[in-house]
Amino acid sequence: MNGAYQQKIHQTLADPRLQSAIYAASGRLMDHRKHVVAADALPDYQELRTQAHRIKQHTLENLDHYLEQFESNLAAHGGQVVYARDGGEVADFLAELARQKQARLVVKSKSMTTEEIELNDRLERHNLEVVETDLGEYIVQLAGERPYHIVAPALHKTRYDVAELFSRRLGVAHETAPEKQTKIARAVLRQKFLAADIGVTGANFLVADSGAVVLVENEGNVRLTTTAPRIHVTVAGIEKIIPRAQDLAVFLKLLGRSATGQPLTVYTSFLSGPRRVQEIDGPLEFYVVLLDNGRTRLLADRDKRQSLYCIRCGACLNYCPVYRKIGGHNYPWVYSGPIGAIITPQYLGVSRDPWLPFASSLCGACAEVCPVKIDIPELLLELRSEVKKAQAREGQDRLERLGFRIWAWVMRHPRIYEMLGLVGAAVMPEGESSGWLRGVPALLNRGPLRAWFSQRDLPPLPARSFRQVWRARARVVQD
Amino acid sequence: MPREHILHKVRTALGRRVGQPPATAPPARLRIPEMDPEARIARFFQEIQKLAGRTSRVGSPAEAGAQVEALIAGRPAVASNAAFLRQCGITSLPSVRTDFNDAGELCAACASAEFGITSADYALADTGTLVMLSSLQEARLISLLPPVHLAIVPHGKILTGLDELLAGLPQPAGHSSSMVLITGPSRTADIEQILVRGVHGPGEIHVIVV
Repeated sequence: MNGAYQQKIHQTLADPRLQSAIYAASGRLMDHRKHVVAADALPDYQELRTQAHRIKQHTLENLDHYLEQFESNLAAHGGQVVYARDGGEVADFLAELARQKQARLVVKSKSMTTEEIELNDRLERHNLEVVETDLGEYIVQLAGERPYHIVAPALHKTRYDVAELFSRRLGVAHETAPEKQTKIARAVLRQKFLAADIGVTGANFLVADSGAVVLVENEGNVRLTTTAPRIHVTVAGIEKIIPRAQDLAVFLKLLGRSATGQPLTVYTSFLSGPRRVQEIDGPLEFYVVLLDNGRTRLLADRDKRQSLYCIRCGACLNYCPVYRKIGGHNYPWVYSGPIGAIITPQYLGVSRDPWLPFASSLCGACAEVCPVKIDIPELLLELRSEVKKAQAREGQDRLERLGFRIWAWVMRHPRIYEMLGLVGAAVMPEGESSGWLRGVPALLNRGPLRAWFSQRDLPPLPARSFRQVWRARARVVQD
Repeated sequence: MPREHILHKVRTALGRRVGQPPATAPPARLRIPEMDPEARIARFFQEIQKLAGRTSRVGSPAEAGAQVEALIAGRPAVASNAAFLRQCGITSLPSVRTDFNDAGELCAACASAEFGITSADYALADTGTLVMLSSLQEARLISLLPPVHLAIVPHGKILTGLDELLAGLPQPAGHSSSMVLITGPSRTADIEQILVRGVHGPGEIHVIVV
């Protein structure tokens, strides 16, 4: 890990307000989830997880078929699919569309995919006004920040931060009650909705047999984004496809419960194309941009393909002891927590932030709560191995590799192992009263030893080794 | 072309040929419990109340109309074109505007109304959900823009849950461009996880079962 990350993480750890905010919010989300997935509330929870995993596996293994099916079904209802290889192509499409339709104002609902491609910045460079409409996302947009959590973007802001932000950016009175703050945002954003030309959303699911986009939310901003403006554009990764509308009976039950502890979120929208002849309102044009941006590379890796099963519920963040300490802004990319730790290296390359797959205790809580059963700890181990292989190719970490080679050799030679143990016990410096060794004498405290001890303590060596005890026991039995 | 490029990469990644049929999909999983009509209404009400929604039950369409009249008390309301609302006498109440078929006029009316009055195509008992398909009868904005949503639902529309809905309606896209499930009032917990109702959608929801 480089110094900049270390420093940022230490700042987060030393900030008691932030620590308690992360701890309280993730704790509450865990608590809500726990009640709605309990056996008495949802007896077939485990079966649903297994089914969700199977459906995702099947869909991705036949993805080209389902993409084409989605495309033709959407076209049959007057919608249009656009493919984009990266964020630049998404922005170019939207900018050209806005130019043709003389559109100026874009309202957006929260979407991690558009965060991933930094769509807002790109559109602003094309002179479009882009307004986030989810309350939390609106707050982080005003603050010029990235979302702190997949489902709770402003988790790190207090109501006092929001009061200061709103009065500075919106010119309103300093108001610290969340209820009043929500009213302020409602009033500002209502005007934006009614004036907007284009609504941009992500997608929770793309339904192949219907050509439909499915979106879940609680505030109503998604419904407004997809109803009020005359053009609706969905931007979604190609991995969001599910085969049938009926599969929603599995996925919707898992998504709301895992994300916020709701059996169903307040609004679920199932949208299949523009307003039809007999309908009164809704958009007149409907586009779905299917984004690659590295997903086909993940797809090619049979073992790690399951990273694409993720439905972005955020449960693994809430349960992660690392996320709960370092928060959402100390990960290298927009995706934080355990899911971020496995997809970031795969999208951006293992060499960019080689420390990331190692920032985990492998406790396995993430895999246990994942609604689509992604084996996150296993993928972290594979990524660790890839990082080490890449470093070996680049000739890095020679000392570490030499160290482990010696260690492996010692482990294969019991007598030498025992001898070294005795030597170690003899020269071992005095630890604390607990016996734990927290470091080495100042003279040796440098270079790799210093780095090693900065993260680890050694337990006290026992007075007698296991081998000595074993031999003594064997003698007693013989006698 | 991005399309061909991406589809080619997908096929290469999976070792599939153009036009190759997919492997057999795992069968859809739908579980529909037995539940008699009374139990459905009871569960439906219980779930809505948990979400701070209000519920009431009336014996006839005329009674529903009278209750709506009392609730809105002469304040501005927009009603959908659902035949059932007409049958309840709601569309002829003095402060109720209805019969919109222009999106712009409807939007302006909804933006200044205090109540949005709709029926529902279905309701889901086990989650307290209203299912709204956009149509000539039901516009999308009436259940969205006004601060209070009143829904008048014939009891026969109440299904056990999502599984029964999708069993009976396997292709929602065949009926409408928009199917929305509404489960309680609009809400957020984005500031310090404090629950606030009525963000962009209605902060109050009242369901009357006839």
